[in-house]
Amino acid sequence: MREALLIIVPLAAALLAAVWPSERTRAWLMPATGVIHVVLAFWLLFEPPVVALHGWLGFDPLARAVLPMVSVLFLACAAYGVSYLRLRVERPNRVFVASFLLLLGLLSAAHQARHLGVLWIATEGLTLAAVPLLHFNGSGRSIEATWKYLLVGGTGIALSLLGSFCLGYASLHGGGGGDLTFAALTAQGAGLSRPWVLTAWVLLLVGYGTKMGLAPMHTWKPDAYGEAPSIVGALLAGGVTTVAFTAILRVRAVVSAAGEGAIADRTLLVVGLFSMVVAALFLLATRDFKRMLAYSSVEHMGILSIGAAFGAVGVWAALFHVWNNSLTKGALFLSAGNIRRAAGARTTDQVRGMSLLTPRSAAIFVTGMFAVTAMPPFGPFFSELKLVRAGLERGQVVSIVLFLVCLLLAFFGLTRLVFAIVDGRPRAASKANSARFSETPGVIGPPLVLLVFSLWLGLGTPAVLLEAWSAAVAQLYPAP
Amino acid sequence: MNVLLDVLLRAVVWLALAPLLPGIITKTKAWVAGRRGPPVLQLSYDLARLWRKGVVLSTLVSPGFVIGPAVAWVAVFGAALLLPLGALGTGLGFEGDVLLFVYLLALARFCTAWAAMETGSAFEGMGAAREVSYAVLSEAAIIAAVLALCVQSGSTSLVAMLTPAAGAGAVLLAAGLFVVLLAENCRVPFDDPNTHLELTMIHEVMVLDHSGPPLAVILHGASVKLLLFAVFLTEAVLPMGSLTPLAATGALAASVLVVTLATGMTESLLARFAFRRVPLLLTVGFLLCLFALLFAWRGGPA
Amino acid sequence: MNHALDLLIGLVMGLNLLALGSGRLPSLIRAVSLQGVALGVMPLLMEPEVRWHVALVALATVTGKGLVIPALLRRAMRTANIDREILPFVGFVPSLLLGAGGTIAAMVLAHELPLLPEQTGSLIVPGALASIFTGFLLLIGRSKAIAQVSGYLILENGIYLFGLLLIHAMPLMVEAGILLDLTVGVFIFGIIVDRIQREFDSIDTRKLTTLRE
Repeated sequence: MREALLIIVPLAAALLAAVWPSERTRAWLMPATGVIHVVLAFWLLFEPPVVALHGWLGFDPLARAVLPMVSVLFLACAAYGVSYLRLRVERPNRVFVASFLLLLGLLSAAHQARHLGVLWIATEGLTLAAVPLLHFNGSGRSIEATWKYLLVGGTGIALSLLGSFCLGYASLHGGGGGDLTFAALTAQGAGLSRPWVLTAWVLLLVGYGTKMGLAPMHTWKPDAYGEAPSIVGALLAGGVTTVAFTAILRVRAVVSAAGEGAIADRTLLVVGLFSMVVAALFLLATRDFKRMLAYSSVEHMGILSIGAAFGAVGVWAALFHVWNNSLTKGALFLSAGNIRRAAGARTTDQVRGMSLLTPRSAAIFVTGMFAVTAMPPFGPFFSELKLVRAGLERGQVVSIVLFLVCLLLAFFGLTRLVFAIVDGRPRAASKANSARFSETPGVIGPPLVLLVFSLWLGLGTPAVLLEAWSAAVAQLYPAP
Repeated sequence: MNVLLDVLLRAVVWLALAPLLPGIITKTKAWVAGRRGPPVLQLSYDLARLWRKGVVLSTLVSPGFVIGPAVAWVAVFGAALLLPLGALGTGLGFEGDVLLFVYLLALARFCTAWAAMETGSAFEGMGAAREVSYAVLSEAAIIAAVLALCVQSGSTSLVAMLTPAAGAGAVLLAAGLFVVLLAENCRVPFDDPNTHLELTMIHEVMVLDHSGPPLAVILHGASVKLLLFAVFLTEAVLPMGSLTPLAATGALAASVLVVTLATGMTESLLARFAFRRVPLLLTVGFLLCLFALLFAWRGGPA
Repeated sequence: MNHALDLLIGLVMGLNLLALGSGRLPSLIRAVSLQGVALGVMPLLMEPEVRWHVALVALATVTGKGLVIPALLRRAMRTANIDREILPFVGFVPSLLLGAGGTIAAMVLAHELPLLPEQTGSLIVPGALASIFTGFLLLIGRSKAIAQVSGYLILENGIYLFGLLLIHAMPLMVEAGILLDLTVGVFIFGIIVDRIQREFDSIDTRKLTTLRE
């Protein structure tokens, strides 16, 4: 029941937001729902429910290992959102708030989906629910970004549906009864038809990989993250991509049960490394600090994919990294939003000296940048270290070397851009603009909390999380 | 002696019947438009009149200007003699004659273009260029169609290829060959045989400077070519071998008439295409023949 | 296995090529709409006796893909008052040849995938793959937003065609999901096309080039 509430409460809140009469108080629905969601999610984290094996939805170990993080991220974004929407009173927020809450409900559903069809419908819903959020600004640029997002995202979604069909047919061809729950598919194992399983794997990897933003399907990401409001970027980068990642993990478990795990791992490794290379190169070139965050997200999706390729230990590291990346990225997005508003521009040509105009946000931004580039003692350092060790244990020396080189290049790219923005003397236009936006606790608190969370994960990872990740790995890699 | 007589009779049939086809097409168009139109035999009258006239020769031209049309006529006529006529079979057939058939058609085109270039006029050169660039596509379609028939019958002789039915891809083949027929014989929507608008002419451009008997030869050759394509299309699609000789001959004649009427209707109902759309339609024709080939190869669906 | 069904799939494949070759938006939309109707009839042909939920899927598909969505696209075209010529990035002849090549490749590829005995020899898989390929070609090769949406629809049609393989085994929910997704998707696509038109006074996506590295 509690696990169903995770989905029902946000959906009900979204409905409520759609009919809520007051523009001013409507935004408070977001943090209110966020608090309930966090309480529920952490209650479930500490006291996991019994999962029906063939249920279509369920709070299974994999959902338990990731969903609480999404919950925390949402709460931070929602809290920030109240202050943000107060700054943007000129735009009606009914659709925005309703879609934002809908996004949380669908995120909860997608993370708990134990059925191929349900997972797909929830992901499709996520794609569509994000559309009104992306063009909240209503400018020509945001519409352009939305169009590209829809075309690429829609195609990705269509391919993942085709992949789901192929997996269903693999089961049917192998004599299955048409039960599309992951449990049933895994149980069928070697009985699945091999050619169809491989086709399904390719299509699902491309489809969900598009949602995740793996190169070369990442092209929508810089545009969408660049044009969307910061809280939307944070939730997309930290929440929706995670759904796609766990979807790939679930499908990979089925493929591995069918006896094609080695091929799946190899493709994940190649796609992951390619994403990192592409992201590192673009990070060296881009001049826009919001697009920079998108490329950094592509890079980290590559890291997750590589982790998934490195067996049980690698997946454990990847789940750890999911938490680190999402929380740190959230802090970066929210502080970048503050800087962007104060500066009134987004490229290094127009923005500099922000440490003078927005000292607190700039401090969070710089610290977050160090955290996301795996500076100890922040969380990402430890998860990436774990991943490197997992790779070396499997003898993937070349991949690990490439991985480290990409991290180094990304570090160069990020520091170059961040310090160009923070250092120097502010421009006159920025000065005049920033006077309108003061750094209230409402816009400083949420990113700071996320950053502290990331630091806490690095300094002393809570035992319950370690146990949750191990349980999730045990679900994905059942002992023979 | 018997063989000679047979060939002679065939030649007479081909040569005499061919000029009727353009007449029927013109009559159809006139009928659709509600006019009386010229008599069906108009082309024959024209040919007779042209034959009596003298020839005007530019000082620039080489003998190729006259030889070209003559060779083209002989080539088309030769190709026609290779085609079987229903149950009558063919007079000159041999294993592999389909290659000769395709090459003779190509030779005819080459000679027409060559004669056009002989005038030294940029305008006629442009016409030749247009003709040849469209031919690239339509010949691809013919080759695909011929290959489809070869694969299906397992033979390279026209008689064996054209006797059985075209199988699963018959509809595709019929549509594709009809497109080719329209293109090869310069009918609407590819080219308007009646046009005198310089910018849009293709085939007519090439023969502008010809007069008298060479022009008659060209016109007659064109009508033989039209009949040839109509017969080829009919025999490729209809199962000639499974009918009695009399029925087969009747079916052939009737179908050729139907094809001719269809051409007339197409000309009446369609407007001429803009130049840049012509390659698209020809590509469609090529693809139709290509898919017919695929069907023949894989034994059709189901 | 089923002659009428294969004939319809052949029609769908022909419409793919027609869509690739059409130079004007109305004829493209007509091809998409015809394809939708053909797809809608198919589930009825697959069953010996017609069950109610299959009839429902068929009815919904014919109205959705065949009538409602094309009507939406036509309305978008009219209200945007745009030039009806489709401006291609990839020319018509190359796209036709590519489409034909894709269809042949789909035939070959489908040969490699094993089918259940009662479905062997069916054109469903090649038809689905060819439609998906055609959809991609249109998505990449056309500049007008409506043409791109049509490409997306053909892509979806291919996936629907593939779904027919599973129509017996799959719950109604997934079938309904397809339709729901398509309708909602196109509805949202329609809204965005409308926004593009209002913002840029055109639905030529070549104007959407501000965002790039």
